[in-house]
Amino acid sequence: MPRIRVIIAKPGLDGHDRGAKIIARGLRDAGMEVIYTGLRQTPEQIVAAALQEDADVIGLSILSGAHTRICPRLMELLREHGLDDVLVVLGGIIPDPDVPAMQALGIRGIFRPGASMAEIVDFIERNVRAREEQG
Amino acid sequence: MPPATGSPAGRREFTTVSGRPVRVLYTPADVAHLDYARDLGDPGTFPYTRGIHATGYRGKLWTMRQFAGFGTPGETNARYKELLANGGTGLSVAFDLPTLMGRDPDHPLSLGEVGKCGVSIVSLADMEALFDGIDLSSITTSMTINSPAPVLFAMYLAVAERQGADWRQLSGTIQNDILKEFIAQKEFIYPPRPSMRLVTDVFRFCRDEVPRWNTISVSGYHIREAGATAVQELAFTLRDGVEYVQYGVDAGLGVDEFVPRLSFFFNAHNDFFEEIAKYRAARRIWARVMRERFGARDERSLKLRFHSQTAGVSLTAQQPYNNVVRTALQALAAVLGGTQSLHTNSLDEALALPTREAVTLALRTQQIIAHESGVANVVDPLGGSYFVEHLTGEMEGEALDIMGVIDAMGGMVAAIERGFPQREIAESAYRYQQAVERREKIIVGVNEFVADEEEPVPILYIDEAAADRQLAGLERLRRNRDGDRVRRALDGLREAAAGTANTMPPILEAVRAYASIGEICDALREVWGEYEEVPAI
Repeated sequence: MPRIRVIIAKPGLDGHDRGAKIIARGLRDAGMEVIYTGLRQTPEQIVAAALQEDADVIGLSILSGAHTRICPRLMELLREHGLDDVLVVLGGIIPDPDVPAMQALGIRGIFRPGASMAEIVDFIERNVRAREEQG
Repeated sequence: MPPATGSPAGRREFTTVSGRPVRVLYTPADVAHLDYARDLGDPGTFPYTRGIHATGYRGKLWTMRQFAGFGTPGETNARYKELLANGGTGLSVAFDLPTLMGRDPDHPLSLGEVGKCGVSIVSLADMEALFDGIDLSSITTSMTINSPAPVLFAMYLAVAERQGADWRQLSGTIQNDILKEFIAQKEFIYPPRPSMRLVTDVFRFCRDEVPRWNTISVSGYHIREAGATAVQELAFTLRDGVEYVQYGVDAGLGVDEFVPRLSFFFNAHNDFFEEIAKYRAARRIWARVMRERFGARDERSLKLRFHSQTAGVSLTAQQPYNNVVRTALQALAAVLGGTQSLHTNSLDEALALPTREAVTLALRTQQIIAHESGVANVVDPLGGSYFVEHLTGEMEGEALDIMGVIDAMGGMVAAIERGFPQREIAESAYRYQQAVERREKIIVGVNEFVADEEEPVPILYIDEAAADRQLAGLERLRRNRDGDRVRRALDGLREAAAGTANTMPPILEAVRAYASIGEICDALREVWGEYEEVPAI
């Protein structure tokens, strides 16, 4: 089975990258191919990276509250580029009132402070394999 | 050693939160090498291990300084007035990310960020609204601002000027610590070397014009939050301090002319005794390094003064009321370690910016420590503890070793350019996460003592209304100001930046002309370029 390819991206202006880096390394240690974009990526740059790297998964790390504006833009761009099948997961500080809106956009996995690496790895593996079987 | 009967979770190894092994008992043998006068000294005397004031908190309690800011300047102004009315004794401004990154609200990267993590300040008009009705000559203000620090500082000075306050009497702090941005928090704009020039420009300007202002808050807080161990926090922070002193000296300033206005900022994390030892070691190292390496004479150059904040990273989203207890213990460690000022986090900060009620409880936590616990009555009450003294010495030795490694690389700027502290911190963060995953480190409510069902706590929700108001305000500003004056001011700033003149006077002129923060920072970007970090896992 080919390795799962993941883009870990940090959109917005925030520089707190502890979480993004831990997740990137944890997914790599779990056998995935991980590309970390670095800081301050626009939705356009993230979608370009996903296209170029033929990503199965985009993992977003947002702690600042900017997910309310960034995620709709990103999901719209993914659709425009025919990347609807890319699994998008979101980690960070996502207040309860925003969760339904994020899910409605098509963001399946939302991981908040305290989520374990094992839980995230398991979620990605199950969902990517399920999509492959459907596809 | 086999686990003792009933030991927590059958642990075999006993370590601090930083992974430092600790023994079951410390005895006089562990402190036999210490010489009281040489290594400890009474509080208020060299090397200040026991504190910088002879009378501890009897002379003056620590400043209870709650970091706050959100939405528009008007909303934050109301929160400040409340904090002051509740007995807070200083202000501490939290800026939003566009302000921290020197971007106007209409920049594409500001999308969704305006007013979210702090207050949005676009121009002098916003700064006037932020401090409306607050007398700047009678309070001290701390501003957490780094790459654009000279700009926000200039705005503050311009507001003070309008209030009729004398700059020479103004007191407060700008964080202005760019090195820890490259190392940990990553809110940098310009490359390291021009960034350091901005810092020394502020040192010189304040020496001449605002002599009571703390020109920098050399910060370990963010280094620790990014995952550093306690010793790494200690070592990287003090080595940053050394770097600033060296740059100041190289820029032609006398050590005792500017070092007395340097202050520090440490984390107050979970491991109680390790934190107390860290603060004590920090004072001892600083005093010795300033005297021996830089020949400082003024005792104010030797005394390490510090602010502390409880560890945001230790707060859990699960069972958030547990955070009140964590914060109280962390705050107690900071007080026993002799902090000069303190911010206590609110219980809901792993979820959102704090509510009014949560902030008040956090402030009350400090007041209870100060007025009910009795710990403020005696200076350095843990001095002489076999364990604390041993730990202080051990951490000092390890920190000096790391500082030596950075010296050998050619200093902190060179070490940052090689990615050294960044890598070391990421490594520690990953190791800690693995220990949590394996349940070698217990986090109550997260990987042990987990509750199945949790009642949600009320949170402060910040919508996009602030962003809309700030965008409209920026448009109005651009229509109503004297455009020619703005252009001339920005040209003057570019010229100073390209040459060697101090950048503070042209920044002040641009601020008085109501140039926006994005315009001022862009003028400097045009001359110095922008720093880009090479992403590394």
